[in-house]
Amino acid sequence: MTTEFRLAIGAALGRERVRANIRKAMDGLVSKRAAAFPDADERERLRDQGEAIRGESVSRLPELLEELERSCTRNGIQVHWAETGEDANRLVLDILRHAGTTALLKGKSMVSEEMGLNEYLQHAGIEAVETDLGELIIQLAGEAPSHIIAPAIHKDRAEIAALFREHYPDQPPAERIEELTALARRVMRKRFRGMTAGLSGVNFAVAETGTLCLVENEGNGRLCTTLPDLHIAVMGIEKVVARLDQIPPLLTLLTRSATGQPITTYVNFISGPRRPGEQDGPRAVHLILLDNGRSRIRLDPELSATLRCIRCAACMNHCPVYTRLGGHAYGTVYPGPIGSILEPQLHGLAERGEMAEASSLCGACAEVCPVRIPIPRLLNRLRFEAVNAQADSPTLGHGSRRLAGQAGLWRLWAWTCAHPRIYRTLTRLMTALRPLQPTRIKPWTDTREAPRIADQDLHRQARAAGFTDRL
Amino acid sequence: MRPDVESPPHFQPSGTLSGTIGESGRRTRLVRGRAAGDTVDRARTTEHLKMPNTVYFFGTCLIDLLFPRTGLAAMRLLERAGLRVIFPQGQTCCGQPAYNTGYRDEARRVARAQLDAFPESLPVVVPSASCAGMLKVHYPLLLAGTADAARADAFAGRVVELTDFLTRVLDLRLTDRGPPIRVAVHNSCSSRRELGVADATMELLRRLARVELVEPERAHECCGFGGTFAIKQPEISAAMAADKTSAVAATGAAVLVSQDCGCLMNLGGTFARRGGGPVIKHVAEFIWERTSHDD
Ligand code: SF4
Repeated sequence: MTTEFRLAIGAALGRERVRANIRKAMDGLVSKRAAAFPDADERERLRDQGEAIRGESVSRLPELLEELERSCTRNGIQVHWAETGEDANRLVLDILRHAGTTALLKGKSMVSEEMGLNEYLQHAGIEAVETDLGELIIQLAGEAPSHIIAPAIHKDRAEIAALFREHYPDQPPAERIEELTALARRVMRKRFRGMTAGLSGVNFAVAETGTLCLVENEGNGRLCTTLPDLHIAVMGIEKVVARLDQIPPLLTLLTRSATGQPITTYVNFISGPRRPGEQDGPRAVHLILLDNGRSRIRLDPELSATLRCIRCAACMNHCPVYTRLGGHAYGTVYPGPIGSILEPQLHGLAERGEMAEASSLCGACAEVCPVRIPIPRLLNRLRFEAVNAQADSPTLGHGSRRLAGQAGLWRLWAWTCAHPRIYRTLTRLMTALRPLQPTRIKPWTDTREAPRIADQDLHRQARAAGFTDRL
Repeated sequence: MRPDVESPPHFQPSGTLSGTIGESGRRTRLVRGRAAGDTVDRARTTEHLKMPNTVYFFGTCLIDLLFPRTGLAAMRLLERAGLRVIFPQGQTCCGQPAYNTGYRDEARRVARAQLDAFPESLPVVVPSASCAGMLKVHYPLLLAGTADAARADAFAGRVVELTDFLTRVLDLRLTDRGPPIRVAVHNSCSSRRELGVADATMELLRRLARVELVEPERAHECCGFGGTFAIKQPEISAAMAADKTSAVAATGAAVLVSQDCGCLMNLGGTFARRGGGPVIKHVAEFIWERTSHDD
């Protein structure tokens, strides 16, 4: 991962157009969020509430999931448990094969990205049809999402127009945004017809009532979950909440933090398949609960805060690193600050540990996180786990990034700083050797001048100026 | 941006001269931080600090080796305000570099040495929000559950960032002796989001009558220093520093000040390489120079 990530960073920083697109889009989202929370006190109260509700979800996870299963079953939703992404893929395939389907309509779902579902289905001869505009765009471009709520945010209008021209040559040319969306709508509407299976993600699942809550702005989610006879919902197990009355605060936090909307255009509450006498709705609803490492993350009392996340993407919109790199440079399903705490935990520190280092710990993410995940603190913790060789850590790959040489240097540094006399001798030595200070200190001086060591350290200057040493 | 009235140069005690401060060091939500809304770490409030007559000064290792003038200027400001300033020779580094790199045992060893160096129940004034954040917010976490937990808690309660101390505790009045000047302020992320004291630097500078204050575009954004981040992720760090220096340059300010030497080292180094740009100064040094007689 290490070298790949570094290469990707260099490449990403060099792509001026992508950088400009992302920066512009993020600026827009940042100001929309700010405008959506005009009252700071209300915002902070809501965030307290969000933290508490999602904290309850995580701490009571096992019992809430069992309750969810009972409630869903009562409603006629068939519940399946998947330990890994592979398991979840297989479940989806089994359900589709059983229904005799060869194509699947898809609403936007990050968990399906995590599973690598599209690729898996393709190998099995089943076509996955993305219906979210952003997902459609990147599917046409053969790319992965670069943002968790706006997957094609790195593309500008002209690029999308070119993409549509190439893939839909029979359609009238489209340039303006309205023309582009109208084109996509025409093309998509045709695809919906005659489809027998739809798949969606889940924003929240209510344990008490067995309700699946799904927000979206394009109506494609509603079509995917109501038009076909078969609806499959996939969700990470942490998305469960205890009660229905906890949904309104979470919804407003989610939509306001994500896009600055007071509420999304569509809010779907799915409470089961079509009932006798109903005119529409799927005849079968399946819910797949994906663990994929989440129950392991939950074992750590501090890092389990990661699971409070409601995937609003505010952290990445506000992140100085994400806004410069874009999502693709991370090379992971979840980019940005949430990705930097989640991915190393899901896949292990050996593979993804460098993500925890790709942060200046500026705190912009935690400042806006609607459920108050202390992201910088968790990044710090993951950096610790990465070099923590002790055996009792539940974090995958702990200790894997410990290098003997580096550890030795820090030990030496600590010994120096814990012994003031030695520290003072060293600073005195460094100031004395000041003329020999190198002017090139890589990588600092690649883009900056090196600071100059003073001719006399503050310890001695303070003493010389008469500042006493003790009371 | 200019204050209406010019105040006398000597400080007006706003509290009682009790000599020491409370030991309680309670964890409370930072009252001032609420205005900014989203304070990351709810740092201890320092509202309970009474006017001391003696303070400790924690110079920070960066200032010690690279910017001692800043340290001296800060201590002289405190001294001129009528305080006795103690500079313990036993102090070294706050331990943050190791802590943020994951080497907690090493950071703990260094933290204990600092606890030893500041034994009396006196305020510890720190000319860096980043280091102050380490001492105030992270020491209690780092040493929780160890034999030094209580000591770390009490110590954290005594730590005050310099500009916060100058404005809130001393309510320092300043007489501007310099010519009119435009000054850009870069508030460090620690001052903004960890300690919630970013407004103190602005407040102090507003007390200088002939200083025109400007903030660069995207003022809230990190400069890209981040300690070892600048070394571990040099490309991203450099991209952030490039954007920040451009924003600062666009203000046309003659001087760039900050409460953190880390940011200034990053931005100053970047400016030096790209050429041009403002004079770079820690806020303490800038204020000292603007208000001392011999200038
Ligand atoms: S970590 Fe917080 S800000 Fe980031 S996506 Fe999750 S809920 Fe949103």
